[in-house]
Amino acid sequence: MRTLFLRDVTLALRLGGGAGQSLGFFLIAVSLIAFGVGPEPERLEAVAPGALWVFAMLACLLSLDRLFQADYEDGSLDLIALGPAPLETAALAKAAAHWATTGLPLTLAAPLLAPLLSLPLEAAPVLVLSLALGAPALSLIGAVGAALTVGVRRGGLLLSVLVLPLYIPTLIFGALAVRAAAEGFDPWPSLALTGAVSLGALALAPFAAAAALRANLS
Amino acid sequence: MASTGIWTFANPYNFMRLSERLLPPVAIAAATVFAVGLAWSLFFTPDDYQQGLTVKILFIHVPAAILAINTYMVMVVASLIGLIRSHPVSHLVAKSCAPIGAAFTVIAIATGALWGKPMWGAWWVWDARLTSVLVLLFFYMGYMALWEAIEDPVKAAELSAILCLFGSVFAFLSRYAVMIWNTLHQGTSVGVTAGGALHDSFFYPLAVMILAHYLLFIALLLLGVRTEIMARRARSLRLRESFG
Repeated sequence: MRTLFLRDVTLALRLGGGAGQSLGFFLIAVSLIAFGVGPEPERLEAVAPGALWVFAMLACLLSLDRLFQADYEDGSLDLIALGPAPLETAALAKAAAHWATTGLPLTLAAPLLAPLLSLPLEAAPVLVLSLALGAPALSLIGAVGAALTVGVRRGGLLLSVLVLPLYIPTLIFGALAVRAAAEGFDPWPSLALTGAVSLGALALAPFAAAAALRANLS
Repeated sequence: MASTGIWTFANPYNFMRLSERLLPPVAIAAATVFAVGLAWSLFFTPDDYQQGLTVKILFIHVPAAILAINTYMVMVVASLIGLIRSHPVSHLVAKSCAPIGAAFTVIAIATGALWGKPMWGAWWVWDARLTSVLVLLFFYMGYMALWEAIEDPVKAAELSAILCLFGSVFAFLSRYAVMIWNTLHQGTSVGVTAGGALHDSFFYPLAVMILAHYLLFIALLLLGVRTEIMARRARSLRLRESFG
């Protein structure tokens, strides 16, 4: 499992795509909001928690479609499935690698972008915390979607239609925590719920993803 | 027939035989109850003292909303049976549920908007109930999209079932997430007939309409599954012809 995780992380970094592009997308999308909504700080502040979370989510989503597909096409996925490690651990390792190359960088970069949308400074730690707790859920749920659509060519749009509804609870709790912090309420209940979604996804997603991969490989 | 219960109908022929006999009476019953229910609820109920004529939208809206949710439940159970027991007809039941459920969901949302405009002054409010019905529509859409996208019917059935089961967890979670999301921020939203039970003169026609919608659902489901089985047969005949 560790081997697979390291291999995927290395591949993502060497290919030059991975983290850099997700961050670039995140930065551009955040500034697009300012162009769309207008530069007034009050307006930006109102949409900041939601916008930051939605774009972090989209950045995650856009890098999902290749999660299993490259390995499916060149046959490595068959090898992984035949190997000693169960497919569930392989799926978990892949999701972890995805998180390490997109979720983690986004989490760390988010507070730097927060001032662009005039998010109050005291909300920044909560933003990081909520993404740290919620991003694993995004990668795990996304892995299920990627496993389901691995055989579909040009499945990017299909993947979004499948995965975005599944992201709703994570988004609601995550953005709620940031909003609560920005407005001076207690963010902890929402943060706890965000973490709970991640833990639930951790328990369910590897099995669902592995089942989907098995159905696709048969 | 050695096996009993629903396992008999894992054989499409058994299902076709039974559904052929069931479909006409159910369809006729649905049409009759619909006619009675519509006439009763539209012409023989009093106008509401606050809502006036618009109250009559609810005779479609409430049953459609009930069916929208319950069709999803049927879909989940059918997917579960299909996945665990490799029950091909059960997979097709789940598949046929999706467009019916999505249609009921759209009807519920559309009638809700028509009712909401004069009552609340807005076509749409991000009320917890409305939002969770909208989210339900997203889940139906994703499920149908996956079925469409995969060519091999056996794979499509299995993968869609996995999506349905995994998705159902998040569908239920979304429902509660939406309630928390809304109550924290929007404060009190406009309640639907909160407090005060429904008067009998509304309750009985509504019950008839709910029954009519259920019958319609069963008739459409039988018809849908029959169509799927026939399409499957036509497909294998075509394949046999071109490769045989």
